[in-house]
Amino acid sequence: MSRLKQLFQEKKNILSIYYTAGYPSLGDTITIAEELERCGADLLEIGFPYSDPVADGPIIQASSKIALDNGMDLKLLFQQLKDLRRTVSIPILLMGYVNPMLQYGVEEFCKSCAEVGVDGCIVPDLPMVEYEELYASVFAQYRLSNIFLVTPQTSPERIQKIDGLSNGFIYLLSSSATTGQNLSISDTTEAYFSRIAHLKLNNPTIIGFGISSKETFDKACQYAGGAIIGSAFVKSLDATDLKGSIQKFMKVFKPEVEQLS
Amino acid sequence: MSYFVNEKGYYGDFGGAYIPEMLYPNVEELRLNYLKIINEEGFQKEFQQLLKDYVGRPSPLYLAKRLSKKYNANIFLKREDLNHTGAHKINNTVGQILLAERLGKRRIIAETGAGQHGVATATVCALRGLECVVYMGEVDIKRQAPNVARMKMLGATVIPATSGSKTLKDATNEAMRDWINNPFDTHYIIGSAVGPHPYPAMVALFQSIISEETKKQLMEQTGSDQPDYVLACVGGGSNALGMFYHFIDDEKVKLIAVEAAGRGVSSGFSAATTTLGKEGVLHGSRSILMQTHDGQVVEPHSVSAGLDYPGIGPQHAHLFKTGRGQYVSITDDESLDAGLLLTQLEGIIPAIESAHALAYLEKMTFSGGENVVVCLSGRGDKDMDTYMKHFNF
Ligand SMILES: Cc1ncc(COP(=O)(O)O)c(C=O)c1O
Repeated sequence: MSRLKQLFQEKKNILSIYYTAGYPSLGDTITIAEELERCGADLLEIGFPYSDPVADGPIIQASSKIALDNGMDLKLLFQQLKDLRRTVSIPILLMGYVNPMLQYGVEEFCKSCAEVGVDGCIVPDLPMVEYEELYASVFAQYRLSNIFLVTPQTSPERIQKIDGLSNGFIYLLSSSATTGQNLSISDTTEAYFSRIAHLKLNNPTIIGFGISSKETFDKACQYAGGAIIGSAFVKSLDATDLKGSIQKFMKVFKPEVEQLS
Repeated sequence: MSYFVNEKGYYGDFGGAYIPEMLYPNVEELRLNYLKIINEEGFQKEFQQLLKDYVGRPSPLYLAKRLSKKYNANIFLKREDLNHTGAHKINNTVGQILLAERLGKRRIIAETGAGQHGVATATVCALRGLECVVYMGEVDIKRQAPNVARMKMLGATVIPATSGSKTLKDATNEAMRDWINNPFDTHYIIGSAVGPHPYPAMVALFQSIISEETKKQLMEQTGSDQPDYVLACVGGGSNALGMFYHFIDDEKVKLIAVEAAGRGVSSGFSAATTTLGKEGVLHGSRSILMQTHDGQVVEPHSVSAGLDYPGIGPQHAHLFKTGRGQYVSITDDESLDAGLLLTQLEGIIPAIESAHALAYLEKMTFSGGENVVVCLSGRGDKDMDTYMKHFNF
């Protein structure tokens, strides 16, 4: 069974953390992954940076720019992830935009993911039709999950189609928004979350974009298998005390995990 | 071979709609409705009326006698500079504002480089009483100050884009982010033939009035509606596609698209996309763009803000790849010289963007009888500061 499937079968209230590879320093990618797992993260999304991240707010724009200035690219990222599975066992997704992936080569990208033990990816600007026609078979060949986004404006028919193409989980956006805004759960958001819950999708769901506090995390977990925290985590990283800043951040969400240092 | 968009939103290998799910409902709404709305009788009536009485169309096709003499060919200028607000951009904004109204949108956003598209958008928003927000790179705000003032006077909010190169590409990113965050009441008026399908097709259609009129005017003036060459500058490519549109399927007409070489194609300060670029995805479509080996978008350079863009629209990528169009480039200095030349031979101060197209005449050889149409996409008022500094006026 795939790591992702197993995770969703075994756990509730899944805490997924996004961070940008190459930020704050070029060599932090593995350190952050190890520390996050140790502090109780259930799933990781490692962002490969892009110069023009249109779906991102200021925090991830800034971390992406610094990562690129530091020299991060996909080739280096896969090198850094070479021994990933010696020390990190939770599922890992790569998240980024389609152009770097196209330039690397989609098949090559999938192959590299499989080689280092990455479980899937999230590419917000890769359209569903192109994925289905051109890339779904390559993803399947390398046993990678492609994670699709759904917003409150996504039609029920489209959600069903997305469910059919997904093989991991579906990423629910709390609202149509760029990353890094604070989620305020209104009646309409709750109505949307329960509407999704009632669709009886084949794939589990995780809620993301705008989760920044324990309170919003808990709320999101009422409606989905878990939630994703991105900007709030990236913002909290302190280059001068990287591990310390991760521990401090994670303590809020996973107080039960003993924080050895 | 078709040079126009197919039902999947592609031009050969290029086009599509590479957008995050957050933009899908708005773009899909547009895709499903734009042709239906544009073809409605009521739309056409209002559109044609506004083009005539408000924009001032048809724009003249002017035989530039002294320029013709210098180059030994009949050089015709399609005078988009004489449109209301001073450039071709208004053809598109008039069309899109009528469309936005019919889609029930109350808030308009736009990106702008030279400020011409921003002004053209702010203008139609004032005309129809809609809220207008324009994103403009911080660098462009400085070099196109008169247009910033015009937009503000027209009631628009101008928001500086402070990321990346702080020019057109970054303003486009900010506009897309705005649209993601305002999914209900907002229409994004893209100013060039770029973006996810159906934008490139829709903008080209609204600009096609340029070649439609040109054909008629050429017939009246020369007895033939078939020129030997048509030339236009390419930023994202809207004035060029408007100028090419009705000639594209007539392979006898040579299409010349002029990109900005900046300080020279190999100087590291250039916007010559077809020379320096590779295939990839930018701003929602598969096209050709300037990028690193890793797919990061390279920051372009051109003295002309409207051409300072690292990509071209997907239809241009297709015309380039198939060889239907000839894609060339002109440096900053060559364009400024051509601007001065037109001013002093014909009494017309061109936008520096348009001066790129004019500058290419210098590199062509004619045998005397050719009919050549150059799209004079805009006037140079906004560029006086740059001209003054360069020539020490
Ligand atoms: C006068 C003028 N010409 C040309 C352009 C370039 O745009 P496009 O390539 O879409 O025609 C601009 C853009 O701002 C412009 O203002």
